[in-house]
Amino acid sequence: MQTLESVLAEHRFLKGLARPHLLELVDCASNVRFEAGQYIFHQGEEANAFYAIRQGKVALEVFVPERGAVVIEMVTEGDVLGWSWLIPPHRWRFDARAVELTRALAFDGTCLRTRCEEDPDFGYELLKRFSRVITERLEATRLQLLDVYHG
Amino acid sequence: MAKHEQKHAMKTLPDPMVPHPYSVRRVSRDTYDTFTLELEQANGAGGPPFAPGQFNMIYLFGVGEVPISISGNPARSNALVHTVRAVGTVTKPLVTLKRGDVLGVRGPFGSSWPVEEAKGSDVVIVAGGIGLAPLRPALYYLLSHRDAYGRVVLLYGARTPADLLYTRELEDWRGRFDIEVEVTVDAASGDWRGNVGVVTTLIPWARFEPSDTVAMVCGPEVMMRFTVQALQERGVAAENTFISMERNMKCAVGFCGHCQFGPTFICKDGPVFRCDRMEPFLWKREI
Repeated sequence: MQTLESVLAEHRFLKGLARPHLLELVDCASNVRFEAGQYIFHQGEEANAFYAIRQGKVALEVFVPERGAVVIEMVTEGDVLGWSWLIPPHRWRFDARAVELTRALAFDGTCLRTRCEEDPDFGYELLKRFSRVITERLEATRLQLLDVYHG
Repeated sequence: MAKHEQKHAMKTLPDPMVPHPYSVRRVSRDTYDTFTLELEQANGAGGPPFAPGQFNMIYLFGVGEVPISISGNPARSNALVHTVRAVGTVTKPLVTLKRGDVLGVRGPFGSSWPVEEAKGSDVVIVAGGIGLAPLRPALYYLLSHRDAYGRVVLLYGARTPADLLYTRELEDWRGRFDIEVEVTVDAASGDWRGNVGVVTTLIPWARFEPSDTVAMVCGPEVMMRFTVQALQERGVAAENTFISMERNMKCAVGFCGHCQFGPTFICKDGPVFRCDRMEPFLWKREI
């Protein structure tokens, strides 16, 4: 049977993490499951977790009056969902909805922030990984703004 | 060759500057601004043989002439197929043509996708917007010679779901087990279940072996620049990456110089180029 540690170690976002750091994460982790159509969080709610998607697909949405929900990004297997747990004021900026059955690892934000404060090496490692994700998404957003298909 | 034979040969060679009359057999709407025209010759025959990636000059009498890639199946010669986005002086009236209307066609011109050279390798096709049209003949070819290739991957990006071309065929290709199809859009409404994000975000996770992959890329130039970058980050060599360029093509045979790009003419030396040959010029603003 797979342990939580081995599941974490195999996830793309956490690959290569040192074992002591993995164990810190295990202490804050739990397995979660969302049915298709289920909202994982809503804009404005307290952001106290991040999710490492193991299977499925999650739409990040913004509600626009007269247009309804607009999907701005799709997060899939191997991706992470949510960094607002890390950055004050710890509120979700978007809605997240499971598009299909989604299995993920949920990491408790309060637990993680405490561990990061206590163990700066762990905190720095986690921050580097999140910075990469944030950078990739910022670059992708800039390309979206460029409207690259409009030749 | 004897002198009289040369003279005879010169007489019989078709003049590339003379358009041949074709009539419209069918016009079908792909999106709100993009249409596919099926053309036939007066005797009901389709077009001349072409290689995937080549283009024709389409002449709308009294309006003007535009270069349009051939988007049909190279194995089927019963119709000449072009997909046209209605954005310009010629293309806007072009898509209002009806069955039986006549227009002029010169071609086919230019270089082609390296479908023969890619045999034995994985092939990744990256298309942006209407860039799928010039790549569709290559896809037809790859799928009709499927055993000759490794993995075949199609990554296709468009602005919105309403901008996606050939949606029925995309569904068919998705249903096959021998091609991986990933489609992404920049923005979508809540009922969209596909990917959201630019096409470059699909490249890191697509299943192909970068060291043995031939990449074929077509779309607006800015999209191709970032795609080439993402392919290189994944490990696909520039000499195995091919892009289709577009410039203001007029004569289509390298005489007029309108489509000069660095040391090349897009119409004659392209439109399909090996990326390492064009890369030094891709990032030059002055060109």
